[in-house]
This record gives sequence, structure tokens and C-alpha cells, in this order.
Amino acid sequence: MTDTKATTAIIEAVGVTKRFGEQEVVRRISFTVPRGQCFGLLGPNGAGKTTTIKMILGQSHLTAGVLTVFGKALPDHASAVRARTGVVPQEDDLDPDFTIAENLRVYAGYFGLEGGDLSTRIAELLHFVSLTDRADARVDQLSGGMKRRLTIARALINDPDLVVLDEPTTGLDPQARHMIWARLRDLKQSGKTLLLTTHYMEEAERLCDDLLIIDHGAIIAQGSPKALIRAHVEPEVVELRGAGSGIETLLGGDADCRIESVGDTVYCYTHDSRPLTERLQAMPELSFLHRPANLEDVFLNITGRDLRE
Amino acid sequence: MDLRVPRVRPQALKVWHRNVLVWRKLITPSLLINFGEPFLYLLGLGFGLGAFIGEMAGLPYLTFLASGIVASSAMNTASFEGMYSVYTRMVPQRTYGSMLATPLDVDDIIAGEMLWCATKSTISATAILLVASLLGAVLSFAAVLVVPIVFIIGLCFAGPAIVMSAFSKSYDFFNYYFTLVVTPMFILCGVFYPTDNLPATLQSFVQVLPLTHAIALVRPLVADQTLTNAGLHIGVLLLYAASGYYLAVILVRRRLIV
Repeated sequence: MTDTKATTAIIEAVGVTKRFGEQEVVRRISFTVPRGQCFGLLGPNGAGKTTTIKMILGQSHLTAGVLTVFGKALPDHASAVRARTGVVPQEDDLDPDFTIAENLRVYAGYFGLEGGDLSTRIAELLHFVSLTDRADARVDQLSGGMKRRLTIARALINDPDLVVLDEPTTGLDPQARHMIWARLRDLKQSGKTLLLTTHYMEEAERLCDDLLIIDHGAIIAQGSPKALIRAHVEPEVVELRGAGSGIETLLGGDADCRIESVGDTVYCYTHDSRPLTERLQAMPELSFLHRPANLEDVFLNITGRDLRE
Repeated sequence: MDLRVPRVRPQALKVWHRNVLVWRKLITPSLLINFGEPFLYLLGLGFGLGAFIGEMAGLPYLTFLASGIVASSAMNTASFEGMYSVYTRMVPQRTYGSMLATPLDVDDIIAGEMLWCATKSTISATAILLVASLLGAVLSFAAVLVVPIVFIIGLCFAGPAIVMSAFSKSYDFFNYYFTLVVTPMFILCGVFYPTDNLPATLQSFVQVLPLTHAIALVRPLVADQTLTNAGLHIGVLLLYAASGYYLAVILVRRRLIV
């Protein structure tokens, strides 16, 4: 690979495939993550997101295809790739035998980092994730949100060029989630490339420049959040609750909208909601919500509403 | 399965160092156990039983027993660390998972763990040696050479123990290894009596077991006897260590690198 290409593309996947025995969990996926971008990997549980991330980190060996990070092929150069990467795994794996500050110090050691600069770096990172006053606490004394923040600080200890985050905000309260979003935006502004998996569409919409939606191991859509919304769903949505079974008659055949009903809620996807909302204003017994289409609508539209797992 | 021959790199010392840092936090209870248990053994068996036995194979029984306990304690310590502690770090605690997000790889982790197991073996065996010398059981200054020897004994038993961890689904599995492997060696390999007294078939079986070779190295150094076939005995221990390392790396790769 030439130098110029290596400087623009951080991750390059061509026909990457992973099979466990007969089961194909990642199917010939190809994508490029340019430097400085926040790239999202979206998909239902079991879609192949975590396996893809593991392959990028050399923690899983690809069955077929070519995968390079920083221009280095995996899995052969896993160690070199990981030296320049920060990882926030899906499940906490902080070291319970150490305090918060010690966790960072010991982890830095795995990268061969030590010396006087390290103490400054640790102090800066603890400040970055607002854990300065907890430096000497034990890991089991931290809340879920604090553990995540510490994991993010740990992922930055080697000043990585690429930060890989596997569902970084799953299970967190809104305060913690917003704080992590703010930190991730800071990281992006500082020029780092982010690879993010999530099933919070709101998160992807806020953070990602470009994203892939994968299902059953294959890419089913790719683009920026706005482009995906334009391409896959009508721009406006009206949600109706408590309308009962007669809703379609109520809306009339001329409502010019695509209707999906789930339980007691009816979703009307439309290009022009005005005729519908005007009619609904006149029916005070019905509660409705009028909103712009979002990434979640795209996601449900193309991966379906069936439960996974 | 990834059968590539593992590379031993200096990075392994980072894994070793992590364990040293954790051990330092628990140094008091650790050392208490390291000194307390052998002290009881030597006091109870060495003096209590020794009073009836007098001499064993031309040695005071306390000396005979102490040299056996030094070697078997190196075995026990490495086996225990290689199973319970390694499994804890590999499975429930996910420490290896976090290490595999750094430049460290499985080869480094297992090498570091084996060095740590051997370090703990050395600490516990040295503690026993000190207790034994206070009780007058150590007959030669050559006994200081036991310290590097028990390090090798630790390496020898660390590999197979980590192999067990790589297979295991839970802690219960380790009971089999202790009952079927560690305890038989403790009883058969010459800790309490010379192996020459065993039936001929059992003797040849005992000759392939590593603890026999470990004791053959330790006892002459403690008892001021001539050390014979040192190269062979060390070779056997290193062979167990190297094949244990290779097998452990392959199996841990299979478990962690999916």
C-alpha cells in the first residue's frame, strides 16, 4: 500500500468474511474509514458488529478477504495496529485488583509507556473524564457510568490515532450518556478517527459522519445519517396511539402515507403530513405525535420489526 | 487452530509486573501462608514422625523431608497459581481480554504468567528453605543453588496448570488435576521416602514424572550430597516447561482469539 493511501484511509475492509464452522457471521463486507471520521457500525444483536471489531483488533482471524488498519494487514500485524488504537470494549474489563489511577498506569505499561510524563498524562485523562477526585478509589466502588468513563480514559492512554468503541453507552443513564457523547465529540475534534457500534440510533445520528447498517453479517445500507433517512424513509412521521383497529378507515384511503402498526400504535410515514395532521386536530380523542423521520425509522424499515435473539 | 510457534518477547515482563504489583498489595497474608504452612509440616512431620524414623536413606528425616517439601511446594504453588489465579484473570475478570486490546498478545501473556508462577514458586520454596535452615535441616551452603532450581521447577509445573485453565469451564475442574496429578506426585515421587522402595513398575513410571527430577536436584543440594545427572534432571524440567508453554499458548489462543 502506498503512503498516500495509508494517510487517508485508517481502516480498509475488502470482502471481509468470518465463518464459525458452517455459520457465516460476517459476509463479504467492504468499507473504508477515512482519517478523522466518526464511523458507525449499526445492526441488531447478532448482526456481526462485535465480530467485525474483533477482526479489526486482531482478536478474531478473518476467514476470507483483506482487512488493513493504518495500511497494515490483519491479523498478522495485530500487535502493531493495537499499539496505535484505543479500545472501549462492550463489557467492562477494568482490573479490579487496582485503583482507578493504577488501572491507567498498569495499562500504560502494556504499551511500554512509563516515566514522569505518564503521571501528567494520567492526571489529564482523569480530568478529561471527570474522575480526578476518584483517582484512589477501587474499581468496584464506581458506578456503571464512571466505569465507562474510566474505560474511555484507559483507551486514550496511548494517545491513539483510532478509537474503537463497542456500545460505549449501553446501560447508562442520560446524564452519563450525554457526557460521553460530549467527550467523543471532543476526540473527533482533536483529529482522532472513531469507530463506534451502537444500537441507539440517536447516538449514531448525533455522532457519526458515515455509517453502515449490517444485518445477518451483510451490509444492507451505507451512508451519512441524513442520506440514509432521505434514501430509506419518508421525511415525516405521525404516530397515533389508542386508535384501535378502525384506523385505516379513519385515515381514509387518500391519506397518502405508508402505515405500519405495532401494538396499539400506528406509524404513518409520509412526504406531506399536513392533510393528515389537520384531520387529526379535529379528533381530540386521539393522541398523536408528529415528528421528522430519524435513523431509527430507517433501521426498523430495513431490518424489520421482528425481535432478535 | 493457530499452531504457530510462540515468540517469547520482553513484553511478557509487563504481564509479570502486573502480578507483582497485585501481590505486593497482599504481601502480608501471602508471606504468612508461605512461611506458616511449611513450618507446620516440618515441625509436625519432621520432628513428630522424624523421632520414630530417625534416618531416611542416610539422612536425618527432617533434612530428607525438608528437601522434598521445598520441591513439592514449588509444584503446588505454580499449579495453584496456574489454575485458580490464571483462570480468574482469563475468564471472570477478563484481564487477558483487556491485555489483548494492547500490543500484548497471547504469547506474551502466557510467558508472563509462567514467569510469575515460577516467581511465586521461588518465594514459597525459599521461605521453606529458610524455615528448614532455622530448624537445622539444611546441611550445606550449596543449598542457595536451590533458589534458581525451584524457579525452573515452577516453570515446569506452570505450563500444564495453564493448559488446565485453558480447558476449564469452571473452578471445579481443577479438583481433578489436583486429585489425579498433583497429589499422586506428592505421594509417589520421593517427598516422604526414597522412590527405590517402590515396586519396579511403579518406579519406572515415577521416573517420567517431573517432581521426581525436581527432588533429585533439590535434595543433594540441601543435604550436602553429590549432585548427579543434573543436566538430565534440568532438561526434563525444561522440556515440561517448554511443551507446557507451547500447548498453553495454542489452547489459550483457541479460547480467546475466536
